Amino acid sequence: MYNKGTIIPGLIIFVLFVTFPIWFNGFKAGTPPKPELPPGGEKKCVESVEYMRANHMQLLDEWRDNVLRDGNRSVVTVEGKDYRKGLQMACMQCHSNKEKFCDSCHTYAAVNPYCWDCHLSPKEAASKEETR
Amino acid sequence: MIEKTLKGKPAYWIWLAFLGMFMAVGIACYARQYLFGLGLTGMSRDVSWGLYISQFTFLVGVAAGGVMLVLPYYIHDYKAFGKITILGEFLAIAAIVMCLLFIMADLGQPLRALNVMLHPTPNSMLFWDMIVLNGYLFLNILCGWVILTAERKQVHPPKWIYPLVYLSIPFAVSIHTVTAMLYCGLPGRHFWLSAIIAPRFLASAFAAGPALIVIACLILKRVANFDAGKEAMNKLVTIIMYAALLNTFFVLLEVFVGYYSNIPGHKYSIQYLFFGLEHNGHVYNNLVPFMWTAVVLNFGALGLFAWPYARKKNEFLLGLSCVMIFGALWIDKGLGFVFAGFVPNPLHEITEYIPTANELGVTLGIWATGFFVLTLLYKIAVGVEHEVE
Amino acid sequence: MDKQRRNFLKIAGVAALAGIGAPALVRLSSSAALAAEHGAAVGEATAEAAHGAVAEAASQGVRLGMVIDMRRFSEQPELLDNAIVACNDAHNVPQFDNRKSEIKWIWKAPFENVFPYESSYHLAKKVKDADFAVLCNHCDDPPCVRACPTKATFKLEKNGIVAMDYHRCIGCRFCMAACPYGARSFNWEDPRPYIAKYNKDFPSRMRGVVEKCNFCSERLALGQEPACVEACQGTGAMVFGDLNDAQSEIRQLLDKEFAIQRNAALGTKPSVFYIV
Repeated sequence: MYNKGTIIPGLIIFVLFVTFPIWFNGFKAGTPPKPELPPGGEKKCVESVEYMRANHMQLLDEWRDNVLRDGNRSVVTVEGKDYRKGLQMACMQCHSNKEKFCDSCHTYAAVNPYCWDCHLSPKEAASKEETR
Repeated sequence: MIEKTLKGKPAYWIWLAFLGMFMAVGIACYARQYLFGLGLTGMSRDVSWGLYISQFTFLVGVAAGGVMLVLPYYIHDYKAFGKITILGEFLAIAAIVMCLLFIMADLGQPLRALNVMLHPTPNSMLFWDMIVLNGYLFLNILCGWVILTAERKQVHPPKWIYPLVYLSIPFAVSIHTVTAMLYCGLPGRHFWLSAIIAPRFLASAFAAGPALIVIACLILKRVANFDAGKEAMNKLVTIIMYAALLNTFFVLLEVFVGYYSNIPGHKYSIQYLFFGLEHNGHVYNNLVPFMWTAVVLNFGALGLFAWPYARKKNEFLLGLSCVMIFGALWIDKGLGFVFAGFVPNPLHEITEYIPTANELGVTLGIWATGFFVLTLLYKIAVGVEHEVE
Repeated sequence: MDKQRRNFLKIAGVAALAGIGAPALVRLSSSAALAAEHGAAVGEATAEAAHGAVAEAASQGVRLGMVIDMRRFSEQPELLDNAIVACNDAHNVPQFDNRKSEIKWIWKAPFENVFPYESSYHLAKKVKDADFAVLCNHCDDPPCVRACPTKATFKLEKNGIVAMDYHRCIGCRFCMAACPYGARSFNWEDPRPYIAKYNKDFPSRMRGVVEKCNFCSERLALGQEPACVEACQGTGAMVFGDLNDAQSEIRQLLDKEFAIQRNAALGTKPSVFYIV
């Protein structure tokens, strides 16, 4: 191999650089968050916990397309309680604390969904209720 | 061949640094716009497209203008263009890079730009514009590079490249036709709703593109010892002259239709551009000085082109007339055409558009990026030319 | 470079290109096929009406529309303000103090602005002084939908409403240039600081997207009338309903009274009518 002297140290530096987040955090992933369950005490979501944990974003996308694009705004009924499809209208009814439910995991996983650019978290909505 | 961009005289580096400075300003301005939103521009609910889209429209023309070299050389075997055809192809690349940057700068949600491909919508002219612009960019990069490589090695270009070269000719026409269709297919915007927009765009493109190439050749002759040849330059000037004449003719036709038919909708925008539009006691006339400047530049340049001494013997006058015609077409298409289409708005109210400093910064930055790319590409082309000699 | 490697690179390159292009092609061809099927049915209907310059074809299914009865609004001028406030509150429409950034779903304007192609010469005083309600026309043949490069704005098959998908809009503002009625607004900056009061059942919008009247799709789903119509309840100033249903209140009204549409000559087939 030519230029052994530069290539091998170069490779080592490269590997160290790309693995920076791993060894910088001491090979630990940190403590996984425990999202707060609905303070109202509801036990049953529109799907199973496992399904929601893995697929809530797909479900929200599906609802979005149902409601906005297909004009299908049928309600989802869980244990006799009706929910209108929608982040603000269904999810946040029970999971009323965005910071402790949504954000805890999203921050941990370093994902930054743009839901809240438009949709109002219960806290945001309450901030401007009494002004008029 | 890229290595040719890495060696140059101090003037080359100073020029690149000069452009780099504007690029840095452009990036800083864009960062501000990205964080705040397009509210940092002068655009409004009534004039919803501004400098970005108007520059885009003009530069599509500059890109399409390159075909005025490709077509005579490859279809009519016009040998005099042999040395400068590559300049036309490389100009097209730089111009389209600017076009794409201007489109990105204009989007409210730039991160979603790929939605255009994710949800293809054939009934939208913007979808087709995306296809032809990227296609033309790709064709020019490929053809320019392959042919220049062959020239450097002193061999004939591979045969498979020729169909692609021929394909690039209709693509050049299509980029500006489709860009015209962005405007001329919209109901309720009378100034744009005219079948002559596409031919007019093409005519002005075939003047503006070659004019920039003549200017580039005159500069390269001084700074890089690159001589395009008298015959090629003369032919280019003829092309510019006829294209500019056609464009003038088309614009005058628009004026005739507006004023002779006397239909208010057809008149308002022309009135606004050249004389100012009175509304509720206020005269709106932002663009009037610009448009009359364009008229003077246009006819001044045509006069100079018609004068054989200026055209053939005096390089300063030749350069001047090309700068003048380029300026005239830039004002006509790169400012007036887009802004005036929004005056008056659909409710017949008038809002004038004045770009903000931040917007100008982004615009200058993108122009500088285009000239940066153009400089690098021309450095390669001229370098190869010298190497062959 | 040996020959095998070169061949491999060539094949890999072509395969990569095909891989990138294929999904778009598949989508394109499938949607084109769907459109063709749909077009055949509509084509028959339009051929009949094509003789009259701006005659309207009866589209199929539900086509929601609105009649704005200016006689009622003239009697009670505060009615229109109530309707506008009701809409703004229901949809979290921000109130900017400068004209440049304005967001408008329903607003008011004089006759000569709402109908610039009708004569305003020696206009009756009651019309000249009146404020007309202006909102999206929910055209049966909307130019904004034709222009949108991402299908972020589209016509709902179910009821003819011209709707927006704010999640998909890229903010190119082609629809704003295409709309001949000035019904569309762009979020030049974050709208939230300019919303005085939130309706917690409805989102706001984000900066960089286009928005407009949605004929209160969200309220219709609950069996309610649009917010502006509800604000005029009992006065008959705004009548909302299915233009394709001969028995509907809106059709009865249109059959009886002379009503005009904004700039119908453009062939967009507006679904909002005005009784002047």
